[in-house]
Amino acid sequence: MTVMPLPQAPHPSAAASAQRAATDTVAEIEVRDVSKSYGAAQFAKTVVRDCSFTIDRGRLTVMIGPSGCGKSTLIRLLAGFERPTSGTIRIGGKSVTEPGRDRLVLFQETALFPWMTAYDNIMFGPRARAEGGADARKRAELLLDKVGLGAFRRKYPTQLSGGMQRRAELARAMINEPKVMILDEPFRGLDAMTKKLMQEYYAKLYEETRRTTFFVTTDIDEAIFLADRILVMTNVPARVRAVLEVNLPRPRRLEDVIENDDANLIKMQVLSLLHEEAMKSFAHGSKAAADFIDAYSRRIRKPS
Amino acid sequence: MPKPSALSGRLYQTVASTKFWRGVVATVVFIALWEIVSRVGISRVPAPSAVVLTFGDLMADPSYWFSWYLSMRRVFLGFFAAMLVGIPLGLAMAVSKAFYGTVFPVFEVLRPIPPLAWVPAAIIFWPTQELSIMFVTFLGAFYAVVINVIDGARAIDVRYYQAARSMGSSGWDIFRRIILPGTVPSIVVGATVGIGIAWAVVVAAEMISGGGSAGSMGGAGGGLGFFIWNSYVGGSYTQIVVGMISIGIAGYISSALLRKLGELATPWLREQ
Repeated sequence: MTVMPLPQAPHPSAAASAQRAATDTVAEIEVRDVSKSYGAAQFAKTVVRDCSFTIDRGRLTVMIGPSGCGKSTLIRLLAGFERPTSGTIRIGGKSVTEPGRDRLVLFQETALFPWMTAYDNIMFGPRARAEGGADARKRAELLLDKVGLGAFRRKYPTQLSGGMQRRAELARAMINEPKVMILDEPFRGLDAMTKKLMQEYYAKLYEETRRTTFFVTTDIDEAIFLADRILVMTNVPARVRAVLEVNLPRPRRLEDVIENDDANLIKMQVLSLLHEEAMKSFAHGSKAAADFIDAYSRRIRKPS
Repeated sequence: MPKPSALSGRLYQTVASTKFWRGVVATVVFIALWEIVSRVGISRVPAPSAVVLTFGDLMADPSYWFSWYLSMRRVFLGFFAAMLVGIPLGLAMAVSKAFYGTVFPVFEVLRPIPPLAWVPAAIIFWPTQELSIMFVTFLGAFYAVVINVIDGARAIDVRYYQAARSMGSSGWDIFRRIILPGTVPSIVVGATVGIGIAWAVVVAAEMISGGGSAGSMGGAGGGLGFFIWNSYVGGSYTQIVVGMISIGIAGYISSALLRKLGELATPWLREQ
C-alpha cells in the first residue's frame, strides 16, 4: 500500500480547540449532572457521579475510560433501559424516559436474534412498526449489500463470522434511521485483523452518513482513529475527566494514527490521563486498575 | 434414493469407522453370551434365537400390532394434550409474574406426585379406562414440558428485549417474535424428555389398569404394557422379551420423530 502525504492539520493545543468547537456545534445529546447508584440507600454503590457532557450533532464522540468505570451504565441510561438516580439526559431537547428508536445501541456482544436470518434481523425494526412494505424491503436489500452481506441474507447469525455479525447489526440499526447511534465497545472480542477492518469500515460508514455517534471503547488507537472528540472518563464513579478534540482530516486511514504528530500527541495525553486515573484507584486496591497499570505503564514511557 | 452420493458417502463413513465396528462386535458378543447363558440353563431368560422365532410369529398376528397401535395412541394423544396445555401455561407463567405467583405453587405441590400414583385415582375419576391411561401419559409429559418452557422463556437474553424495544417493538410483537421463537429450543427439549416419560408411564399404567377397554380383544389387545403383563401371566417368556424389545423400538421411533420435528422447528441451531 502506498503511503500518501497527509494534509497536515493545524497544531492548536487540544484544549484550545475543545473550547472553540464547543461554541459552533449543536448538542444532540445533553447529559447534565447525572448520577446513578445501585442498591439500597446505605449500601448504595455509586457508579456514575455528577457526570455532564454533550454529544454534538453529526459528530463522532468517543468515550474512553478504564474498564469497569461505569461506561456501560451510562450507555444503558442513554438508551433509556435504566433511569438516572439524579440529573437529566436530553436527546434532541427531549428528556429520555424509555427506549426509543431515535437512539440505537450496539452492544458489546452480538444481540442479533439467533432465530432470524440476517435479512429478517434487519427487517425487525420496520416490521415492529408495521412498515415492512416494499420500501423497507428495498432498503434492507441495499443495506445488506452496503455492509457486504448480500450473499448472506438467508444465513442465521451463528453461520456468520464475528465481523459479519457486527456488520449485520450495524445494518439492523441503520435501517431505523436513528438520530443517534450508540456503540458499546462494538469491536471487542474480534480478532486483531477483523477489528482493524471493522474500524476502517466503520469510519467510512460514518464519513458517508455523518450520523451523530457515541462510541465507547477502552482502545486508545481506536478512539483516536474514529473520534472527532474524545471524552476521557475518571475511574468509578464515572465523570468526564477531560475532553479532547481530534482534528485529523477525514477520510482517515489507520496509518494516520501512527504517523500523524497530532494523533500521537493526543494519544500521549489520553494515556497519561488514564494512567493517573488508574493510579488513583490502584491506591484503593482495585484489581482492574492494577491490570490497567500493568498494561499501559510500559506503553506510556516507550515513546519518550 | 434421493441423494445417492451424499447418502452413500455418509453411509460409507459410518461403516468404515472403528467406532461403528466396535459397536457391532459388542452387540454380537452380547447376544452370543445371552444365547449361551440360556442354552446352558444358568438362567430362565429365553434364548435370543427363541425370541426371534416368537417375534416372527407375532409379526403375522394382528392383535400384536393392535397393541402397538393402542400404546402409540395413548402416548401420543396424552403427549399432544400435554403440549397443547403445557406450552401456553409455561409461557404465561414465564411472562406474567402475577400468573406465576398464582399457578406455580399449585403446580409445585402436584409435580412431586409420580404420574403412576395417579393411576387408581384416574381410573375412578375418568369415565373410560382409555381416558384414564391417557391422563397418566399426559401427566408424565406435562411437567417436563411446562418446566422446560418456563426455564427457556426466562433464559432469553435481556439484550434481545432491549434491542427489540429500541427498534420500536413492544407487547404482542415482542411475544411473537422474541419470546416465542426464543423458547422453541426449550420446547423441543421438553417434548423429547416428555415423550420418554410418557412411554415409561404408559407401560406401567397398562399393566396396572389391565389394558383398558380393549381387554376384550384377548391377551394381546391391551397395549404393549398389557401385552408384557399378559405374557407373564400366561407363562410365555419369549413373548415378554418381544414385548420389552417392542417398547424399546416404539420409544426410539417416537424420539427420532420428535428429534426430526425439533430440527425442523429450529433451523437456526443446525450446523452450517
